[in-house]
Amino acid sequence: MSEDKKRASNQALQGNEAVFCVKGLTKVYDMGEVKVHALRGIDLDLFQGELVVLLGASGSGKSTLLNILGGLDTATEGCVVYKDCDLTRANDSTLTQYRRYHIGFVFQFYNLIPSLTARENVAIVTEIARNPMKPEEALSLVGLDDRMDHFPAQLSGGEQQRVAIARAIAKNPEVLLCDEPTGSLDSMTGIVVLEALEKINRDLGTTTIVITHNAPIADMADRVICLADGLIADVRSNAHKKPACEIKW
Amino acid sequence: MRALNRKLLRDLYAMKGQAFAIALVIASGVAVFVMSITTLNALRQTRADFYKQYFFADVFLSLKRAPEGLRLRIKEIPGVDMVETRVAAAVNLTIKDYSGPVTGQLFSVPDIGKPLLNKLYLRQGRMIEAGRDDEVIVSEAFARSHGFMPGSKLSAVINGRRKNLTIVGIGLSPEHVYQIAPGSLFPDFERYGILWMGRKPLGTAYNMEGAFNNVTLTLSPGAQIEDVIERLDKLIEPYGGLGAYGRKDQLSNRYLYEEFRQLANTATIFPIIFLGVAAFLLNLVVSRLINMQRGQIAALKAFGYNNYAVGLHYLKLIILIILLGVAGGVLSGVWFGRGLSEMYMDYYRFPFLRYEFQPGVAAIAALISIAAGITGALYSVQRGVRIPPAEAMRPEPPATYRETWIEHIGLKRIMSQPSRMIIRHIERKPVKAFLSTIGIAFACAIMIVGCFFQEAIDFMVDVHFRLSQREDLAVTFVEPASKRALFELQSLPGVEYGEAFRSVPVRLRYQHRTYRTAIMGVKPGGDLQRLLNSRLKPFDPPREGILLTDYLGDILGVRVGDKLSVEVLEGNRPVRMVSVAGMVSQCIGVSAYMNIEALNNLMREGNAISGVYLAADPDYHPEILSRLNEMPRIAGIVERRNAVKNFYETISEQLIVYTSFMAMFAATIAFGVVYNSARIALSERSRELASMRVLGLTRGEISYILLGELAVLTLAAIPLGCLIGYILCAYFVDQLQTDLYRIPLIIESGTYALAATVVLVSATISGSIVRRRLDRLDLIAVLKTRE
Repeated sequence: MSEDKKRASNQALQGNEAVFCVKGLTKVYDMGEVKVHALRGIDLDLFQGELVVLLGASGSGKSTLLNILGGLDTATEGCVVYKDCDLTRANDSTLTQYRRYHIGFVFQFYNLIPSLTARENVAIVTEIARNPMKPEEALSLVGLDDRMDHFPAQLSGGEQQRVAIARAIAKNPEVLLCDEPTGSLDSMTGIVVLEALEKINRDLGTTTIVITHNAPIADMADRVICLADGLIADVRSNAHKKPACEIKW
Repeated sequence: MRALNRKLLRDLYAMKGQAFAIALVIASGVAVFVMSITTLNALRQTRADFYKQYFFADVFLSLKRAPEGLRLRIKEIPGVDMVETRVAAAVNLTIKDYSGPVTGQLFSVPDIGKPLLNKLYLRQGRMIEAGRDDEVIVSEAFARSHGFMPGSKLSAVINGRRKNLTIVGIGLSPEHVYQIAPGSLFPDFERYGILWMGRKPLGTAYNMEGAFNNVTLTLSPGAQIEDVIERLDKLIEPYGGLGAYGRKDQLSNRYLYEEFRQLANTATIFPIIFLGVAAFLLNLVVSRLINMQRGQIAALKAFGYNNYAVGLHYLKLIILIILLGVAGGVLSGVWFGRGLSEMYMDYYRFPFLRYEFQPGVAAIAALISIAAGITGALYSVQRGVRIPPAEAMRPEPPATYRETWIEHIGLKRIMSQPSRMIIRHIERKPVKAFLSTIGIAFACAIMIVGCFFQEAIDFMVDVHFRLSQREDLAVTFVEPASKRALFELQSLPGVEYGEAFRSVPVRLRYQHRTYRTAIMGVKPGGDLQRLLNSRLKPFDPPREGILLTDYLGDILGVRVGDKLSVEVLEGNRPVRMVSVAGMVSQCIGVSAYMNIEALNNLMREGNAISGVYLAADPDYHPEILSRLNEMPRIAGIVERRNAVKNFYETISEQLIVYTSFMAMFAATIAFGVVYNSARIALSERSRELASMRVLGLTRGEISYILLGELAVLTLAAIPLGCLIGYILCAYFVDQLQTDLYRIPLIIESGTYALAATVVLVSATISGSIVRRRLDRLDLIAVLKTRE
């Protein structure tokens, strides 16, 4: 990617403060007998309130990037600064605080606690947050008013993912990180989930980063960052964001 | 309630089967611990209270006859507190409608007031009325075995004269908690009783007016018992003193002490092993349980829960399960403990039982259990939280498997793919496999310990009565008699053969160690009483020297060739040096033996004999017994079949009841371990197994892979368990030696087989439960989600 293009895309979000500053980020996994280079030196800024879609094939390093941004994983080299805090130098308890108060996660496989109802799955996060909404409010935001007392096993995949989103946003996080939120859903349900994300980003102004390998989803983003082989291959800004309900795949 | 706590309760409910099995293991350990310790404490407290409240004497002495005036001189001995003189007499009793020989010991009580020492606890009836010469109080055990009530009658031959007596009271004395006839090995409540009678009438009947032949005393605080005994012996010697002795050598107290010591051993070793095994298993199960929750731990961390909160969450889960187990264990422990204590009450004659639930004991059991559970949990939680959440949420990288050495050595061709999976899985995690095997092996081992005693006791009785003490009847005389008495008894109808023996009460001394026992003079070439060597082969006593029961040799610390000081406690009370000629292998009782001629020489007496062993036709026993009962010079008669019966009913019963409780708990533990191993294996591998089902493997084939591993581990555990069981039994045998009996280390193959069967059955039941779950494996659900 040329320097010009990079500057242009960053200019599009002028006036917004950078939430994340990533410099030379590298991650190497030691998988027993092989070493896997997941990230090979990434530079990137992410801005307040933007909805970013990270695109890339399987193994391109997008999940690794997201995990490091979310404080779930540590970098091998380089640095990631969240506002004024250098995450790469943070210890375990700082990272825990960081996740607790600033970050909301949505996972591809929902990771709901099977023994808790939808409401309780949200409550498990709001109970430890600083300024949370009520679990009911969060579930209502994702359109699950009537399913609050159901256990994960009684919910469809889309509903489970929406519970996961409600759980992620209920603490009013500054950043929402979503790893393949529609990955295990059919397209109809996927759209409902995307609408929920869109709504949160728009109404609450939460910086939202969505990982997907599903290219059409990129149309709803402010910015689309493509990763390949652990490097940023392309960054583009959407002049016109498409509403989630118009996306098809 | 917080959502995390709600998760806790629901998780607990979801794993109720496993939680129950873990709680069961804990409960078994705790129950054994609580049962044993509270029972032991209850018995000790009961004994202490009874001794204190009923003034159990400190020093005891029998003598021929001394004037009552001597009492004051005894009291003047420095260190003596209270003194009581008595008349004691051996009596033959006749009880209506009871044909067997019954002997008794008659003690005097003051005509007015109560005894000063060894006071009587009256269970029923009243004390003797002053001046009545036909009233007696009898011991409770004796009364109960004959159904005596106040008002019942019996007759006694006292000093050669028959006298009809009326029972006015039924009592218990701290002196006779353990009622055993002199010279006999086991209590026999039917044929031996303790009776109390007024001092004056008994003195009159026994020619002891104004005199006494028995004295008991207590010591003042700080007094040295050895000094008192020495001065007392010197004072009484001219009056035919038979050697004073302290509580240590008092028969009832000594046996009580020995049995309590034995009980204390079992009551500490058993529970420690049980709780130790339970704790080990808990540790094992908990750590694997938490490993399986890796993904959930990661998710909680991703939400911002810190390590402490996550750790605490799992600790709470574990503690909850443990507390369930502890609660169950304490409740059943107290219940069994009370039952066991009451059983002991039947056996030892205490007037009351001081059984108390001791919260401290329960607290210790709970602490040990919780500590064990927490260490297991902490380690795994720590490992779980240390991994960055992103990594923990990813499926684990494919584990590194290699070809195993079994395959390398060429068995590969004959092994199917599933068989290879089994051995590769075991070889890949050898520590885990080893720990599971150890767990199952310990379950097997404590089963062996639980079952071992019954058979070992059978063996012990068989050796003692079939190889060594082979007589049908043992007759003891009141005083040494001449050999003519043997011929007289041999001529009784039904008597096939007789053998005389001499028994001399002695105190053996070697260096600073002493032991009160009797030297048995044995006839060489005898057929009824035979001495056995260490290989259980009979041998004759040598012409010279003394033989000791191997256990006695250990007590005195002597070896063959050492010279012992033998202090004879009858007649002129000579003291002689005799060299130890050998050791006798003997499981029951403690004795010293000499060639009967050598013993007669030692005593400077002629052919004196103390009694006779008889072999007799069983059909003639009643007749022989009634004839013997009429002979005034006979002090005691022991019928062998009765002795064996008594042994089982009294001595071995308590141990067997206790160990069968153990066996029951051991079986519980065995099941708990195997079931948990199987369930955890299933949870750990259900995804893998479901994948194989999707690939087209049958239910049978995947069951084979999972259960095959369990089978291999179980089969490996059984021989290991047998070995551990053997070692534990050896340890117990060493710890449980008493003067009364020493259990031999004989583990019958049946015991091993039973333990192995329990383990195998547990494995089969667990396997079939797991198999049912495997059949219901939800293929789609398992494959749709990650671990």
